[in-house]
Amino acid sequence: MSDESKSEKPASPPASVGPQGVSPAPATSTPKPAPKPKAPPAAPTGPADPAPPEDVSEPDFLTQLRVAHGPAVEKVSYWVGDWSVIVSLSSLLDVATYLRDAPDAAFDYCSDVTATDWPPREQRFDVIYCLYSTRYRHRVRIKVHAAEDEPVPSVTDIWPAANWLEREVYDLFGVNFVGHPDRRRLLMPDEWQGHPQRKDYPLEGPGELLMENPQDWLRLRNIRDEAEIE
Amino acid sequence: MKIEAPSPMFETSELVLNMGPQHPSTHGVLRIVLRLDGERVVDADVVIGYLHRGIEKLCENRDWTQIILLTDRMDYVAAASSNLGYCETVEKLMSVEVPRRARYIRTILGELQRIASHCLWLGTHAMDIGAMTVFLYAFRERELILDLFEEYCGARLTYNATRIGGLPLDIPPGWDKKVREFCDIMDSKLGEYETLLTHNRIWLGRTKGIGVIDGPEAIAMGLCGPTLRGSGVPRDVRKDEPYAAYDEFDFDVPIGTEGDTYDRYLVRTEEFRQSLRIIRQAVDGIPEGPIVGKVPRLIKPPAGETYHAVESPKGEIGFFIASDGRSTNPYRFRVRPPSFCNLQGLRRLIRGHLVADVVALIGSIDIVLGEVDR
Repeated sequence: MSDESKSEKPASPPASVGPQGVSPAPATSTPKPAPKPKAPPAAPTGPADPAPPEDVSEPDFLTQLRVAHGPAVEKVSYWVGDWSVIVSLSSLLDVATYLRDAPDAAFDYCSDVTATDWPPREQRFDVIYCLYSTRYRHRVRIKVHAAEDEPVPSVTDIWPAANWLEREVYDLFGVNFVGHPDRRRLLMPDEWQGHPQRKDYPLEGPGELLMENPQDWLRLRNIRDEAEIE
Repeated sequence: MKIEAPSPMFETSELVLNMGPQHPSTHGVLRIVLRLDGERVVDADVVIGYLHRGIEKLCENRDWTQIILLTDRMDYVAAASSNLGYCETVEKLMSVEVPRRARYIRTILGELQRIASHCLWLGTHAMDIGAMTVFLYAFRERELILDLFEEYCGARLTYNATRIGGLPLDIPPGWDKKVREFCDIMDSKLGEYETLLTHNRIWLGRTKGIGVIDGPEAIAMGLCGPTLRGSGVPRDVRKDEPYAAYDEFDFDVPIGTEGDTYDRYLVRTEEFRQSLRIIRQAVDGIPEGPIVGKVPRLIKPPAGETYHAVESPKGEIGFFIASDGRSTNPYRFRVRPPSFCNLQGLRRLIRGHLVADVVALIGSIDIVLGEVDR
């Protein structure tokens, strides 16, 4: 286990571009020292967020949301049975309040607040709110895009449950929540530098070295993945 | 001449008391900074993170199958529930059909796990309040469940009990008979627990009216599982969003009326019986068939995100997983830990109570710090 896990992590950039990364050609059986892979796969730039297919009808509360807050809704997405609505950051609180209070939505339970990091994108963070309605037993996810220092309004006034969840997202991603009653680190020590769940934060090893060029580190990870598949 | 007011005999000011992180009743490494007025808690700051191992980060750098055994290490007294939650989420992401036999066995494992976890809760909760005997009784029955798990998968604590698409192993011959025998034993022992506690005057005095929270507030605070049901909210993922084979069985969701520590105790005690009821139905009806569905050799879900929740003994454990569709590990792996969300409510629950009640309330919300901190 320990050997295996060691070999698959990029301990340092030169070690990982070595024999493993440079043999992407599937047919060749003899490993030859090629200079570089042709096109290193770029880091993924964002989630797919597919639009709902034709044969799936939108739930009523989403149609009503479009009526009430039309310009705020950027996209409605459907994937494996989950509805998610992507809204603009400025209208997050309005949409959240609407979804909690509207009689046909009634999302009174905030299951989860989390984030996803897509470093190549300008607004690199997706902040995701997983909501549930105890009355209608349905779910929806709100998603907003936020840049590194862009202020994201806190939803703790709407769902007090979001208090710790937002603190954790702030701690691990560095999303800039504003209006939060108690914005401190939660899981990491108070004096910690950096935000560990970001994609450009290394899993282990000489952190400072890898932190100098995080994009390269991410690319290395993708090269390694491709090599493993073959 | 100005006459000075006589100075009080005692200085009365608020006292800040640090409880934990190394404290026997915090069930792990939990620190609570209490602000006290005499012996009453004015306010509290709950500090967590002492057991943070970065499991979410680690999972984003592991294969889809390797993650299953990391989920064991979150809620280490209910590993099978976390396994089940993770595997179901990946199956949802890949749209994999799980065979009916596997779903039945998963249900049995999940419910045995619930009883084992509740036994541990009951024992430690009662011991925190001072009833030592219950601890020994509850661990005696928990041992029987661990034996059943050991016979099924060889492990007693971290089971690694499910696989994406099904199960690693079929049940050993005669195992279902042993499960049935266990159900009969457990049924008779439940009465013993209740004799010791339910009408015990000391128990009533220590739990009635302690940490009262009403339904709407509990929902807003994000409480889940038996802690939420104790406040009279009939919210159970097994009923509301059925997974595994729960939609095929009859069972009730017990709820409380007052929302205090005693009601949460009653709810969990009744859950023992409902779990036994589910296990009996499942064992009697295990269908024949394969135990693994059609899963590709290399697990690589298509690009997309999903959130899926199951009911662990602590409450709603949810997994938010994003796949980028081309790498062999998840792009984003997020767990919604039920203990974490319940622990968030502790500050609200202990306000105005005595220091001794803090101990009772920590036991009452049933936390596992391995899951809170991940």
